[in-house]
Amino acid sequence: MTQKISSMSYYLGFIFALCSSLVSAQDGKLIGTAGLVQLEGSGGGGIVPWATLAGYDSRDQISVSAVATQVDVDDYRLNVLGISASFYDRVEVSVAQHRFDLKGAGVDIKQNIYGVKYRVYGDVVYSDWPQISVGAQHKVLEDEGIASAVGADKTGSGTDFYIAATKVHLGAIAGYNAVWNLTARATKANEMGLLGYGGIKNDNYEVMLEASAGILFSRHFAVGVEYRQKPDNLGLGEDDWKDLFVTYIPSKDFSITLAWADLGKIAGADGQDGLYLSFNGQLW
Amino acid sequence: MKHTLIIVLVSLFFGLSACSTTSEQSVYAQMGGQQKVEEVVDNFITEIEFDPVIYEYFKDSNIDRFREKLIEHVCHLTGGPCEYTGDTMVQVHTGMDITETDFNRGVDLFINAMDKAQISHPIQNKVLAILAKTRKEMLYI
Repeated sequence: MTQKISSMSYYLGFIFALCSSLVSAQDGKLIGTAGLVQLEGSGGGGIVPWATLAGYDSRDQISVSAVATQVDVDDYRLNVLGISASFYDRVEVSVAQHRFDLKGAGVDIKQNIYGVKYRVYGDVVYSDWPQISVGAQHKVLEDEGIASAVGADKTGSGTDFYIAATKVHLGAIAGYNAVWNLTARATKANEMGLLGYGGIKNDNYEVMLEASAGILFSRHFAVGVEYRQKPDNLGLGEDDWKDLFVTYIPSKDFSITLAWADLGKIAGADGQDGLYLSFNGQLW
Repeated sequence: MKHTLIIVLVSLFFGLSACSTTSEQSVYAQMGGQQKVEEVVDNFITEIEFDPVIYEYFKDSNIDRFREKLIEHVCHLTGGPCEYTGDTMVQVHTGMDITETDFNRGVDLFINAMDKAQISHPIQNKVLAILAKTRKEMLYI
């Protein structure tokens, strides 16, 4: 518990330090409509990449964002640190590092994720149709031992490709703004790549569907749910993921998301659920 | 579990959408009618006067005419009993070359104007949803 608090305060400090070291962040979008940064470092919700690009840049601006996220479930803890840049509300590039602790074993798995996203069409708020983006997440596993031990077909690296549609409907639900997102991801990754790629049951790309929906109860407060379908390449009963989140957005430069994440069965261990806490800061 | 979540979500969406569509009052009336429209527009003009970026677009404008036409326009678009007698949005904004950044800044000012007129958050969103449709007639022209 003490360790948990100290690592969270470390991350909090990291984000605040970065935020305060730079000034004049971009503000070319409506507050709350830039979305968050998801687990793999791409602009999104919490576990799903969205069509939105992280940051409040408009088509005349560049923005840079940082994220620190911790997901703490029964037998595992995932720490994510990431930074992303969004250019002219058109292209997003991101880097994120995962450190996945296996609490019982006292070991961790490190993974780096390089992401790129291109906005193909639309504006999440203003266009008639949803904003559409395509993206890729290239994942490089630094610690391949566990992936190899659980029978992954490939342990070094892998790439996910996705297409996402996101739309904000102004005043749609009793006057409250609503947001929804639908993503299709082609992937071979086991548990986001932490357990390698492919396995005894399947080593081909499969298309997984991911979805999010939320309501903004004010300009500063949103709640929502997410769902992420996952393949079971290893035959270990890998489960789909879901979460229920609350986000507080005090300004365009900072947001905090607290979620209840249900990650199901991970590497044979059932019932992995717990808290998801994420700090998202816009640096420029 | 997964199905329950989806069902809850979908019912929430459609359930709440349904209750918003059953209300027959115009957004104009929900805002509080002519008095509130005028208050919002007056606040908006004040916001513009104190914003160096947006003020640039208005520095050569006839503010009295802007006030009168914007009140008419907001009243008309939100379903109030007004006729809009001004120029089209395209005519008004041609040559101003409004950027997306500045447009969104203008929206923030309009939200501030509604906040100061104590328009509730849900009603603000309904107004924005209506006014947002004019955006494509205003940008980069």
